[in-house]
Amino acid sequence: MVPLSYYVALSAILFALGALGVLTRRNTIIIFMSIELMLNSANLLFVAFARSFGDVSGQIFVFFVMAVAAAEVAVGLALIVAVFRNKHTINIDEVSGLKG
Amino acid sequence: MLYSMDDMFNILPTVIVVAWATALILVEAFLPKKYKFITIWLTVLGLVVALVAAINQHGIEAEAFNGMLVVDGFSSFLNILILGSGILAVALAVGYNKRFGFDRGEYYIMMMFSIAGTMLMSSAADLIVIFLALELMSIPLYIMAAFYRGNVNSEEAGMKYFLLGAFAGGFILYGIGFVYGATGATGLSQVVTAINGGVDSPTFLLVGAALILIGLGFKVAAVPFHMWTPDVYEGSPTPATAYMAVGAKVGGFAALIRIFVVAFPTLSTDLVPILWGLVALTLVVGNLVAIAQKNIKRMLAYSSISHAGFILMAFLPYGDAAVFKSSVAAALFYLLAFAITSFGSWGVVIALEKSEGKGLLLEDYAGLGRKYPALGVAMLIFMLSFTGIPPTIGFAGKFLLFKAVMEGGYYGLAILGVLTSLFSAYYYLRLVIIMFMKSGEPNIVSDRWVTLVTASSAVATVVLFMVSTPLFAWAEQAVLKLF
Repeated sequence: MVPLSYYVALSAILFALGALGVLTRRNTIIIFMSIELMLNSANLLFVAFARSFGDVSGQIFVFFVMAVAAAEVAVGLALIVAVFRNKHTINIDEVSGLKG
Repeated sequence: MLYSMDDMFNILPTVIVVAWATALILVEAFLPKKYKFITIWLTVLGLVVALVAAINQHGIEAEAFNGMLVVDGFSSFLNILILGSGILAVALAVGYNKRFGFDRGEYYIMMMFSIAGTMLMSSAADLIVIFLALELMSIPLYIMAAFYRGNVNSEEAGMKYFLLGAFAGGFILYGIGFVYGATGATGLSQVVTAINGGVDSPTFLLVGAALILIGLGFKVAAVPFHMWTPDVYEGSPTPATAYMAVGAKVGGFAALIRIFVVAFPTLSTDLVPILWGLVALTLVVGNLVAIAQKNIKRMLAYSSISHAGFILMAFLPYGDAAVFKSSVAAALFYLLAFAITSFGSWGVVIALEKSEGKGLLLEDYAGLGRKYPALGVAMLIFMLSFTGIPPTIGFAGKFLLFKAVMEGGYYGLAILGVLTSLFSAYYYLRLVIIMFMKSGEPNIVSDRWVTLVTASSAVATVVLFMVSTPLFAWAEQAVLKLF
């Protein structure tokens, strides 16, 4: 059996990749994908811990997270489309009229 | 059966808001165009009914849904606060949304869902419910921020808020994952039991708590997680800004106080230095950068960041069993003071705002005090309250806050708080000077609901100062149910 620490390490790597992606990428869709990667790394953590504890509440949490992620996709993509219609770009550096 | 009607009855105010908002979506869809205004009245009616139910619940202490939700003084105080805020936010939005051509009923329904999320956050006693409530609170706020369709700034604000809000949600979720890994449970009562029994991996627990703190720090706009705040506040439709300034703070602090006071008092020795730095940074950066702002919406955004710092300050002695009760009460009282003052000042901003972002610069306020003395005096009261000068509720809030912090033994931070309050006097009173001393010809848009909100907030800011002692006693009753 794969030890728990491997799962924790993998999820930490995925989370760090996601966070780095959010901070370094300029394309809104890719930033959004990186956020999804962060959520899924947390899901991996929950499933791994739930398996090692023999407890289902962590696995149930994952279902809720998936539902929330789907709701976020619905709203987030709609917002990105609205910005694209107006500005014809989804580059986060070019969508920066608000400054001060 | 797992659930009974008692569970539903215990969280009646939340059930009313959720059910009402869900029904209202359908009602709105079938209303003919001429009668769309009914949605607004139904929203207010729903909020009032829920408010009555929340007031009625005062003093009840109960659990619902197998300990997933807790009803206590803390949750009923915050429920009353957020429902009252919701009613004010509807009043601010009605005329504005019509004036700018986006008076759609969905706005009010989204606000109701966000209110339901905030209410759930104040009574959530399980990390799963806290995450779900957080998203229920946040997702409608993203929509409200971008509600002015076709306006580049509003859409940009919505997108920025969405990206950073979802980013923060990722941190909170990952933190919850580590807490679950350390304790094997998500319910706060089981988490406490596990921590008291000694956890195998205290590092996991500490990392989890720190990640949750970062995520909620984003939500309440604490420095260095505040970058989104000025942009989102500036770009969003002003009534949406007014609501999110209060709603997101109430929800974020509700979850922060509930999680840390109930579940992590043992971690306070490790977390207090981090919190100390967070509070100091928030106070200094919020107040200093606000001085440089020329746009009133950005100025109020930085002001709200600095007030988040003040509320966080009350949170510092949270692990100290002797003081935490009065410090939580001080935080709740400060939230109430901030909410009233904030709605009033945003009401003044709405009265002066013209299309295409005109009328938002500080110099557009020149002459306001002479041409419209009532409005000028109202804004003066709000600025005094933000600064913390008597006779306003803001003074009572700051006084109680500093007192609680000193009782906790954080004298350095209390001094820093007083000093940054002095800095803040500069930019708050500068606006007053512009309003009364400089000459100009500002034009306000008359809107009776906005006038009503501004006037009643101004009166409440002064009157509630007079009765701040019983009010604080009420906040002190708003204790958390500990496990």
